[in-house]
Amino acid sequence: MKIDSIKNGIVIDHISAGKSMEIYNYLKLDSLGCPVAVLQNVKSNKMGRKDIMKIDSDTININFDVLGYIDPDITVNIIKDGKIAEKKHLELPREMVNVLFCSNPRCITSAEPELDHIFRLTDKKTRTYRCAYCESKSKNRQD
Amino acid sequence: MRHLLDITDLSVSEIDALLKKAEDIYKNPSAYRESLKGKKLATLFFEPSTRTRLSFEAAMWELGGCVLGFSSADCSSAAKGESVMDTVKTVSFYADIIAMRHPKEGAPQAAAAKSGVPVINAGDGGHNHPTQTLADLMTVKQEKGRLGGLTIGMCGDLKFGRTVHSLLHAMIRYPDNKFVFISPEELKIPEYLKQGILKNADFRECKSMTEVMPELDILYMTRVQRERFFNEADYIRLKDSYVLTPEKLQTAKSDLSVLHPLPRVNEISRVVDDDPRACYFKQVEYGKYMRMALMMKLLGVEK
Repeated sequence: MKIDSIKNGIVIDHISAGKSMEIYNYLKLDSLGCPVAVLQNVKSNKMGRKDIMKIDSDTININFDVLGYIDPDITVNIIKDGKIAEKKHLELPREMVNVLFCSNPRCITSAEPELDHIFRLTDKKTRTYRCAYCESKSKNRQD
Repeated sequence: MRHLLDITDLSVSEIDALLKKAEDIYKNPSAYRESLKGKKLATLFFEPSTRTRLSFEAAMWELGGCVLGFSSADCSSAAKGESVMDTVKTVSFYADIIAMRHPKEGAPQAAAAKSGVPVINAGDGGHNHPTQTLADLMTVKQEKGRLGGLTIGMCGDLKFGRTVHSLLHAMIRYPDNKFVFISPEELKIPEYLKQGILKNADFRECKSMTEVMPELDILYMTRVQRERFFNEADYIRLKDSYVLTPEKLQTAKSDLSVLHPLPRVNEISRVVDDDPRACYFKQVEYGKYMRMALMMKLLGVEK
């Protein structure tokens, strides 16, 4: 299978196999209107199998924080004129807006739907995020 | 512009300065009679309260300011479905400072983001109640002369009690405090606090207040609510163990201070009120002075 290399855009590499569609949904790539290639179960020396995504657009604005939350081992390559212009290594974001949603029925976010759901990293080791309003712990993602 | 949403919004030195200011107001109230002249406090109480709202209002009047507001959500546009943010944005045009109580957790955080004036959290559900903690701290300071080197017993509902958690966050920042958590199994202090702020603290847990009574300098009582128990039988079996009576106080130190955020139901026998160690009505009084000091600070007024 051959996918053309892109001239200007983003390559999201080293995605744990099977996670690419989750990322696709988080980043709302379906609404971009540009060519997006999702490669699943690609052979990898380091990881055995991995997913890769290629986004062919020089104007897209990606929320890298979300990527860092989903999988901090992902690498992001920014491609300009067919070359890697920048390689980004991700880390857990300190704050995320409307990525996680508070499920505490006593939280103000449950009463006022127009409020952004904001979560802050409170423990890096355990990857614990708490709601910025009620401080409830986020439900653990199923890895 | 500063708000007070959580007790940890204030540093130890800021709390110490507030305590000093409150004590000065307590001793020389006449010197502060016009400190906030021309200033307006809005009390936005989306759920009922006796002490907190009246304490804020008395505090503002005594500093020469005036008060407007509502004392239940039914009397505001919240009844028409207005959001907290819109209410607060509106009130910012009428008042210089806001004290807000809301049944939903985090409502003051949402309000503060939109407010043009300082917001004080006067209780948000089971989450935070920082001005109660300021009242607790002034009581301890007045009674003991210090906030460190104390053995503090916390008794009752340690799982859901917002006042306990806030006080713990405040007292843990002072040196050499020891904590004794007295509660039934169902209402133990949450694991996240034990592994978080209590990680390096000197604390232990027990089920009976009589066994630890002789060593306590402070006994902070809270309500054990029936609805917190899985079954009625457990509640009935346990409820008396967490009621403070003159008999249980017999082995206590003569200078123990008994605190309670109030309202109490039956967890402190009324006979204890006459004991000089009962400090819970002093907390009510000191709370007003701390709120005076706090409003002056947030409004940037020194004297």
